Amino acid sequence: MTQEIWNFIFIGGSFALYIWIAIRSRAATTKEYYVASGGVSPFANGMATAADWMSAATFISMAGIVAASGYDASRFLMGWTGGFVLLTTLIVPYLRKFNKFTVTDFLGDRFYSNVARAVGVICAVFICMTYIMGQMRGVGIVFSRLFEIEIWLGVLIGAGIVFFYAGLGGMKGITYTQVAQYCVMVFAYTIPAIFISMLLTGNVVPQLGLIGDFTKGDADPVPLLSKLNSLNSELGFAQYTDGSLGKLDMFCITAALMCGTAGLPHVIVRFFTVKSVNAVRKSACWTLLFIAVIYLTAPTVGAFARTNLLSEVNGASYAAAPDWLKNWEKRSLIAWADKNGDGKIQHFGGGVDAEGKPLKAPVFENKKGWMARNDGAQPPADLVFSAKPIYAERETESGPRPLKNVLADNDNEFYYDKDILVMANPEMAGLPMWVIALVMAGCVAAALSTAAGLLLVLSTSISHDLMKKIVSPSMSDSQEVMWARGASFAFLAIAAYFGINPPSDFVAKTVAFAFGLAASSFFPTILMGIFSKRINREGAICGMVAGIALTLGYIIYFQFIAGHTNYILGISPEGIGFFGMLLNFAVAFLVSYMTPAPPQEIVEMVQRIRNPQDAGTATHE
Amino acid sequence: MNSSSEQSDQNPYQPSDTGQANANSANKRSRDDAYWAKSLKIVGVILLLWAFVSLGCGILFRNLLDSFSVGGAPFGFWMAQQGSIIVFLLLLIVYMFLMNWLDREHGFGDEGKQ
Repeated sequence: MTQEIWNFIFIGGSFALYIWIAIRSRAATTKEYYVASGGVSPFANGMATAADWMSAATFISMAGIVAASGYDASRFLMGWTGGFVLLTTLIVPYLRKFNKFTVTDFLGDRFYSNVARAVGVICAVFICMTYIMGQMRGVGIVFSRLFEIEIWLGVLIGAGIVFFYAGLGGMKGITYTQVAQYCVMVFAYTIPAIFISMLLTGNVVPQLGLIGDFTKGDADPVPLLSKLNSLNSELGFAQYTDGSLGKLDMFCITAALMCGTAGLPHVIVRFFTVKSVNAVRKSACWTLLFIAVIYLTAPTVGAFARTNLLSEVNGASYAAAPDWLKNWEKRSLIAWADKNGDGKIQHFGGGVDAEGKPLKAPVFENKKGWMARNDGAQPPADLVFSAKPIYAERETESGPRPLKNVLADNDNEFYYDKDILVMANPEMAGLPMWVIALVMAGCVAAALSTAAGLLLVLSTSISHDLMKKIVSPSMSDSQEVMWARGASFAFLAIAAYFGINPPSDFVAKTVAFAFGLAASSFFPTILMGIFSKRINREGAICGMVAGIALTLGYIIYFQFIAGHTNYILGISPEGIGFFGMLLNFAVAFLVSYMTPAPPQEIVEMVQRIRNPQDAGTATHE
Repeated sequence: MNSSSEQSDQNPYQPSDTGQANANSANKRSRDDAYWAKSLKIVGVILLLWAFVSLGCGILFRNLLDSFSVGGAPFGFWMAQQGSIIVFLLLLIVYMFLMNWLDREHGFGDEGKQ
């Protein structure tokens, strides 16, 4: 059997499973549509939340980021798991007791104001839209690589599947497909890791590989990380265990990611589907366990992949290079420019500068570098400057693909896209074809499960928070479900459009928005709503507006306007959400204490949500 | 948060003449307040540990801890990449047991049997 047939079997099989589940669990009422009737078991909800949380980016790119940046990537590892501690201890048990359908409901009711509700709707839509665009793009890319179809067709297939089970089935349809998707993902992620772990460290448990010894070959076993560090410094790269980010920046980014995670609406609403406050706590433990299985594997996969790459690529002759290298070159994710014409691949870093800071050695020249080399002259129009390889047509099928890029003046000849470190891992380790197909099915499952969760929040923001609560409160239950389906169709269409025509690297840059926005708006405001009885309408609204303004202003200024990276105090836009959050707290308290206290029934309501008894199931009123 | 200042903001015992109903609700109110004060303590301790292992061990004191090692990995580096995640999980499990115990102590325990 060929690889294509295996791919069809695995991806087709998993799609058939998702659709079958969706047909069996169609939603008819708003209660089924929004919270799956509130009867999901903590264990199943834990799996579903884990799948909801781990997106295409986590699945495909995270290990690659760890491999490429070593210690610096710890901000994602800690940020995206540590947020669950905040979420569980501060947010979800109380929101579950509050007993409504959406996160925005809490803002609207607790702060007795439709303005707060409207701010909530805008934030929820913005956060989820940013995310879902990336998911649709991810599905499209995986499909186009697998079946050699156009990206737009891949995006449309993905959007169709998601609409079918999320748009029609609502939370009920999503929950059990996410359980299935988690199972696919966890096998797809760990099975290749186990094989590679045994190959490199002789350890069956891949999570332990990071602290294990490198035992491949005849040499005496040395700790894997020492091996990796010495490989890196030999070749002029930064030490793997060193970081290049400043301590304050690293601190702020990690804190912003944690608080952002605790404020993401699509994760919070998943906990509305379980029976009681007690079940919420149990479910949160399961969720973090399921996430940890993959997040503990990622740093090892990263370290393995980097070790494999550094030890096997540098100095290898192209003619004798392994098949995976040529396969991924064919799919445009690897490029080799034989700068010195010796037929061998050179892969070097840029060494360190006088202060010991690592320097970069990109294979391709950028415009600035070219002008610096040519005394500031404007480059001729026919030169191609790009950080990614631009391939030229080639005359023969064999040999390396010729490149159009201007090459940089250094010895580094080898370009690779970080994403291949997960997707090419099974091939690098020489694993059987069905494992490779499984990894692809895992990538698709990761993208679809997150897209579905986001779509639900998007559609309920419109049908419930906007239409039912603000525009036309007299709407019937079935009308509301119709609105939800219509809204999810419209949002998917927009997401698919941006998936097909991504506005340059806009999507990558706006991911910082999503977390910064969640950290500076939802998280602090919900927190104050639960833990303080004094915070009132005026305080909450001013706090949210101030937090969002600071965060968005800083991100927009440095990502799109400034054109330089002389950040204030060295805080990068990724980490500004932390300060947005602090500002939100400060403004909210200040304004609240200068304006009248909230009415008595709101204080009673806060008192009620602090008591875990009788959570019931989520309701409309 | 600022629970102590809030409690002084308002009087939980409404002025009333007599009656079993009022006594009951005052009772219930003080039971709720005691529950809330204790759960704030639990959450506080959990979050202190949470910040210590991640932002503390993984980032701020990382260089200090790197002189120790876990297997073949420097301790600070390992805490940032794997150790803190394991501690997060343990913290959530401890939180669950403590809160369930607290629920039972205050008579909220019958709720939510799975």
